[in-house]
Order: sequence, then structure tokens, then C-alpha cells
Amino acid sequence: MALWVDILISAFLVIGGVFGIVGSFGLVKLQDQMQRLHAPTKATTLGVGGVLIASMLYFGLVQNSLSFHELLITLFLFLTAPITANFIAKAILAKSLKPEDLPDSGRPHGWSVYDDPPKTDAQDLDGGMPGIEDEGRGG
Amino acid sequence: MIYMDYALMFAMACFGLGLLANLWRIARGPDNPDRILALDTMVINVIALLVLYGVQRGTEIYYEAAMLVAMVGFVSTVAYSRFILRGDIIE
Repeated sequence: MALWVDILISAFLVIGGVFGIVGSFGLVKLQDQMQRLHAPTKATTLGVGGVLIASMLYFGLVQNSLSFHELLITLFLFLTAPITANFIAKAILAKSLKPEDLPDSGRPHGWSVYDDPPKTDAQDLDGGMPGIEDEGRGG
Repeated sequence: MIYMDYALMFAMACFGLGLLANLWRIARGPDNPDRILALDTMVINVIALLVLYGVQRGTEIYYEAAMLVAMVGFVSTVAYSRFILRGDIIE
């Protein structure tokens, strides 16, 4: 193995490990629930990304069997991390916080976890189904 | 392989300590969303450990395991949050 390959893979491994421990330590250290949501969903995902890049470099440059499975895992993690963060934030809103604890939403209606969604035009039109039937007959 | 063995050890130690921190948060967490968050982080750390173990062994088998753990972890986190939000998973 060339020395620069060794150093490159080691650098990615160390960066990934540091980001991982920072994310997990933030989960312990931070005070508020909403603050605690920040550390794992961002830092730990980035750490896993670094580790996956290191493993892709290792299998591509050292073992000469380049594959893109790792990119698949990275893509999946980077797609799902915001979704899980959003769901956990909603769970915190529903379980641990009250509407008085939150700032104003800045919209005509309140936060969607507590309040019903505002009526749209489609819901105001009564008898939408017969209209569809009429369209079907006309066609 | 001069530095890579030490870097692998370092990264494995980091993610292992991260798993311990998550376990502490699961045991202590003041509320259920904290525990869901800690479980989600635990899944991510386990994915990283699996990939690191695959690099150490030199096999590519562990990617399949990591992919499966990632998918199951995502679905279970969403299901837990959904259960807390609505009291039911599939309505």
C-alpha cells in the first residue's frame, strides 16, 4: 500500500470517529430536548459518512474491488436523517412541550401538532365526489 | 497499513464510546422522545461499527448487514415516533 493511500484512509477514519464521538457526546451533554436533537442527527450522520468514504477508498485502492454499496448506505442515511429528526421533533412537541412553551408560528394558524390544519379550497367545496361523477359522465 | 490499523482502532473506540453514551441516555432520558433519539443514534453507531469491522476483516459481506440495519432502524424510529404522536402506528 502506498503511503499516501494509508494516510488518506486514516484521515477519513479519524475524521469520522471524531464526528461520531462528538454527536454521541452531545446527546449526553446538551441540556434541552430540542438542543439534544441537533447533535446525533447531524454530527453522527456525518461521522458515518466519513467512515463509509474511508471503506470505499480501502476497497477501491487497496483491494482493487471498487463498489458503490457504501455510497448507497450514505445516500440512504443522508435521506432518512432529516425525516427521523422531523418525526422525533414532532414527538417532542406532542409529548414533552406545551403550546405555551413555543414561540408564535408567524402564520394565521398555529403549530400543526396542536391545531387542526386550515381548511383549503378543496375541502370547502361540498359534494366534490358528485362533481367527479359528472365529469366521468361528460367524458 | 502503518497508520490504518491505529486509525481503525481509534474509530472503533470512538463509536463504541458513543454507544455507551447512547445507553446512558436511554437509561436516564427524562422522556420517551429522548429514548427514541438515543435508539436512533445507536443504530447509526452500529452501522459505523459494522462497516469498520468489514474493513478490518477485509470482507464486503458486512455492507449488506449495514444496509439492513439502516433500513430497519429508520422504519423502527418512524414507527416509535408515530406511536407517540398518534397512539397508533397504522391508522
